[in-house]
Amino acid sequence: MREVMDFSNGRELLSLCAGKNKTISEVMLLRELEKFGSSREAVWKRMRESFEVMRESVGRSQTEQMRLLGGYIGGESKALLSRILREGAMGGMISRASAYAMGVIELNASMGRIVAAPTAGSAGVIPGILVAVHELYDFSEDALVGALFNAGAVGYLIDRNATLSGAEGGCQAEVGAASAMAASALCELFGGAPAVCLAAAGDAISNILGLVCDPIGGLVESPCQKRNAMGVANAVISAETALATNGKTLVPFDEVVAAMYSVGRNIPYQLRETALGGLAMAPSVRNLHPGCASCGGCK
Amino acid sequence: MRSISVFDIIGPIMIGPSSSHTAGALKIARVAGLLAKKKIAKVHFALYGSFAKTHRGHGTDRALVAGILGFDTSDYRIRESFELAREKGIDFDFEEIDEQTDYHPNTVVITLTETDGTVNTLRGASVGGGEIKIHEINGCEIKFSAKNNAIIVRQKDKPGVIAAVAKVFENDGVNISYMSVYCEDGSDEQFSIIEIDGEFDEGALEELRRQKNVLSAVYIKVK
Repeated sequence: MREVMDFSNGRELLSLCAGKNKTISEVMLLRELEKFGSSREAVWKRMRESFEVMRESVGRSQTEQMRLLGGYIGGESKALLSRILREGAMGGMISRASAYAMGVIELNASMGRIVAAPTAGSAGVIPGILVAVHELYDFSEDALVGALFNAGAVGYLIDRNATLSGAEGGCQAEVGAASAMAASALCELFGGAPAVCLAAAGDAISNILGLVCDPIGGLVESPCQKRNAMGVANAVISAETALATNGKTLVPFDEVVAAMYSVGRNIPYQLRETALGGLAMAPSVRNLHPGCASCGGCK
Repeated sequence: MRSISVFDIIGPIMIGPSSSHTAGALKIARVAGLLAKKKIAKVHFALYGSFAKTHRGHGTDRALVAGILGFDTSDYRIRESFELAREKGIDFDFEEIDEQTDYHPNTVVITLTETDGTVNTLRGASVGGGEIKIHEINGCEIKFSAKNNAIIVRQKDKPGVIAAVAKVFENDGVNISYMSVYCEDGSDEQFSIIEIDGEFDEGALEELRRQKNVLSAVYIKVK
């Protein structure tokens, strides 16, 4: 009989992992082969390319002179990293990964190449963490590529059972999802069992449940950039807690995802990517046109 | 419904900042660019809704020009598309349309003029996550999402023309996965959108153009 390697929620994913004695990343890879009929080599190569582009995006954000379209942000990532290298960081890996995550958002806003993971607005979290972990710990590149399949499994479950769109569910659906994906991937890298991974993912969403999407000037710059940094810290804390407590949590992942979706539907329209509420309407910025923040020519 | 792939979640690889305002805009313009048979002289972009309001801050304008040049959504040259288009002698301009319409909020109407004076128009919308819908070509309302390679055929509304067109695909061994025919009110011309599995070669395209009552045929290669 043909094996059926598919799952529609976290519970089914965990039972597949247990039944076949496999990690989440391995199950997700097998699902991809089964659903789309590609070869293992082709799928691995494509994910490896995504990893390479993530690493390239972090690198470019630290070396390139970036010209940001809106100019609401710019230079924060380099400032953060140079302070870390000069004076040390309060947060160790978290600080470094946050700097990288913020850099990727700057690169994105300057028409640089990124991997939407899961979206462009939340594209900093996963590369930030993977590159920092690669620099500070002894993981092979293959282990990090594998971790992306784990992250992909969590993102898939959120997409399938809730949403990954800020316009539909607010920032909790974008940075929240990226943070959950990163938390789960971190757990697997550090030896956590599948249940521990999903507990970390659920906690990461729980911690920022209800976060609205209120982009200043309607652009993917602020507050998105610092929220990506927050997504990094939240992922590390969620992974660390889950690893330390063997995945102890009150509300299982599937119920957290359902709660996130229901909260998202209750977020008013003004706070779902429309730039009609929240920080986007703050007196200091609501009349600021793209380009104004950096140009100042009319003052 | 199509299954969600791991690469829908970890991906796409794209030039930022926005999947709908940058990558999606480029894809619409790429379809428009393929309508031109000869050299493009001038392109006019009429921007509606959110495209009109935020096109500069999202790089929508540069992405649209890059699409006309046929670039991929992950191509770093999108940043320099204005300069590269001018080098190729392509003139372009943007118009922000303020009026209320029934169009999707992220809509662009592209008017392409070739050096011999031929004009093609296309209306497309970026509907989220980099997905697009083409709603109108040369005044004829159509539905096309540009996810599969397709051939757009303009033909006379005469008996036997569709059979003749289908025969060319059969002879070339190309499977038609989806075909739709659109008529304009009061016109004796039709548009066929023929989506295919795999690719279509230049020889088959020429053969298609030779068929009786076929006015034109263009190949929209999207993958």
